[in-house]
Amino acid sequence: MYRILKRKDVSPTVKLIEVEAPLIAASAKSGQFVVLRLKEGGERIPLTIADKDKNRGTVTIVFQVVGKTTMELAAFKEGDELKDLLGPLGKATDFAAAKNIVCVAGGVGIAEIYPEVKELHEEGKKVTTIIGARNKALLFFEEELIKVSSAFYVTTDDGTAGRKGFVSEVLKELLEKDKTIDLVVAVGPVIMMKVVSELTKNYQVRTLVSLNPIMLDATGMCGACRVTVGGKTLFGCVDGPSFDGHQVDFNGLMKRLNQFKDEEKNSAEIYKLKCPECR
Amino acid sequence: MPINPKKTEMEKQSPEARVKNFDEVAQGYKEADALKEAARCLQCKKPLCVEGCPVNVNIPAFIKLVAEKKYDEAAKKIKETNSLPAVCGRVCPQEEQCELKCIVGKKNEPVGIGRLERFVADAERLSGNIEKNTVKLPGKKIAKVVIAGSGPAGLTCAGDLAMLGYDVTIYESLHATGGVLRYGIPQFRLPKEILDIEIDYLRKLGVKIIANVLVGKTIPIPELFKQGFSAVFIGAGAGLPSFLGVPGENLAGVYSANEYLTRINLMHAYKFPETDTPVRIGSRVAVVGAGNVAMDAARCSLRLGAKEVYIVYRRSEEEMPARKEEIENAKDEGVKLHLLTAPVEVLGDEKTGRVTAMKVIKNQLGEPDASGRRRPVPIPGSEYIIEMDTVVSAIGQSPNPLIPQSMPELKLGRHGNIITNEENGETSVPGVYAGGDIATGAATVIAAMGAGKKAAKGMDAYIRSRMNL
Repeated sequence: MYRILKRKDVSPTVKLIEVEAPLIAASAKSGQFVVLRLKEGGERIPLTIADKDKNRGTVTIVFQVVGKTTMELAAFKEGDELKDLLGPLGKATDFAAAKNIVCVAGGVGIAEIYPEVKELHEEGKKVTTIIGARNKALLFFEEELIKVSSAFYVTTDDGTAGRKGFVSEVLKELLEKDKTIDLVVAVGPVIMMKVVSELTKNYQVRTLVSLNPIMLDATGMCGACRVTVGGKTLFGCVDGPSFDGHQVDFNGLMKRLNQFKDEEKNSAEIYKLKCPECR
Repeated sequence: MPINPKKTEMEKQSPEARVKNFDEVAQGYKEADALKEAARCLQCKKPLCVEGCPVNVNIPAFIKLVAEKKYDEAAKKIKETNSLPAVCGRVCPQEEQCELKCIVGKKNEPVGIGRLERFVADAERLSGNIEKNTVKLPGKKIAKVVIAGSGPAGLTCAGDLAMLGYDVTIYESLHATGGVLRYGIPQFRLPKEILDIEIDYLRKLGVKIIANVLVGKTIPIPELFKQGFSAVFIGAGAGLPSFLGVPGENLAGVYSANEYLTRINLMHAYKFPETDTPVRIGSRVAVVGAGNVAMDAARCSLRLGAKEVYIVYRRSEEEMPARKEEIENAKDEGVKLHLLTAPVEVLGDEKTGRVTAMKVIKNQLGEPDASGRRRPVPIPGSEYIIEMDTVVSAIGQSPNPLIPQSMPELKLGRHGNIITNEENGETSVPGVYAGGDIATGAATVIAAMGAGKKAAKGMDAYIRSRMNL
């Protein structure tokens, strides 16, 4: 069950696994996610489905190594099995009737936006893609994204690849130039999605953000993933993960994401002490 | 010999001892206690207790077998209609059901039916005879059925359908079975080893249980019919916990009772960092609400080191919906009741977004409302602030929306519950049945089991009529 058929380092901190999960592969849509658990006593973590292959009966997951569980997962090899894998969860992203779309992604969000860009491209929509990272080494999927994008931009914080600066700067120029842009999709660090949403609000362009709150069951039972959207309490796992960026309370989300920061740090430190190759 | 007016006592761990452990509070009857209690049963010709039981256990018959020391036979008698006796003997509100109807209870305390049921189930388990006592079912099955959810409704429905001769598959969305029996009810009320054995009994009856499948998402219901299943039972349980509806409800440190209990019971957060899921208890915990779930959350908090634990409830003690026994247990353990008190706002630290206190208001009771209970009315100007590290919202939940979302033709009620025919569990979609919290909103374990039972009969009739059997 849930055997890893392929594993690769996408960047020093981002890894890709292709996992056997025929039922999930058969029903997954872009924007949806899975919850996995590595072992008895392990935590349940949500990760976006980056790709699926119905014929092979697999889903591809791209994840950033940020804490204990993702460190452990990064150490899994081809042939290893995940203990539990549940999905597809959440709603598929609803692009509605948008025709001229800008997709913005940062960090591991680059992997998460790929299936959406691909889907929009296959539907014949105009898709402009902007990706960003701290430096060149952390970029990936450029070739794949170029193939399915009408226009493609790269930014890095330090200028080692593409343009020096932030994704939002490119987006601002595009919004100034092209008044037919009718949807912006942003996936990445919360702060990036917040900046993008604030920017697009000025231009009154509909914006979807993909949120990554803390989850437990991820099936609507526990409410750990609740976010304030337009003043209402909604659930990331059931109502999301995609929400109207102009309505999301990003500050509240960031505070909820930091809820267990000390515990997470502690857990990762202990793991690193035990695992020499992680140091 | 005159009847003993009092129920035979069941031993409990002392409050001082039990707040330091997660072991079962109530220790169960010893044989002598059980015999003494069984002798109190009048063996009524028309037993009202059986009517009071949602799964119609033949109560006088099993008690008679206890009196005759035929414990295996007694266990078999209960299992004719109830495949989870060790669970029911522990968590059923017998005082509102079988024991409420007991004739002995008219003048004296009723017969301790729940305690006897638990004794019988435990005796069978301890004797190692469960395997031997399991009925042998024919290998040839009538048809294939699916049960979505392995909580009390699903397990009961599965057990009954297996006994009726069906090939039963349960799909569970979590990684572990049991639904609320595992993630919700704590170890000190229902040890998970006992739950495991009852679920294993269903496996012995041939029920297949597959985890990590969310019916409606992983497999759409129409797909199940295409795969050759003849009927589907939805026992997906409750979902979407209700929050307080006051400012600050989303601060860090405000949990739904479901999240709080799931972290503790299912994910074993109390062993963190040995396990990977954390929970922060803090030294002062307020649990808002006064049902069984609220008592469970409050009592877990004490066991996990909280110094002060409050139940904050807007009505008076009389209206508290939890079982009397659990309220007494909680009070004995040191849980403090803030009655006629309602939250107005959860206050937090601006920078960290963490809970620091809760502002509450005092209520007085006014006229009865739709539920028949007197309505709490806030007393203007009576607000005050209680310092707090953690707030647990245990004020109920609405039915899980995922399966209804995936099947728009399912007719829903005003609260998002699946509308069913109460007699047989059928929904607006032929072949699709439902029961438990998904149909009724949050209720009891035994009510869900009763619904699972009726649906099993309904599904059997439906399949037989379609197959011309």
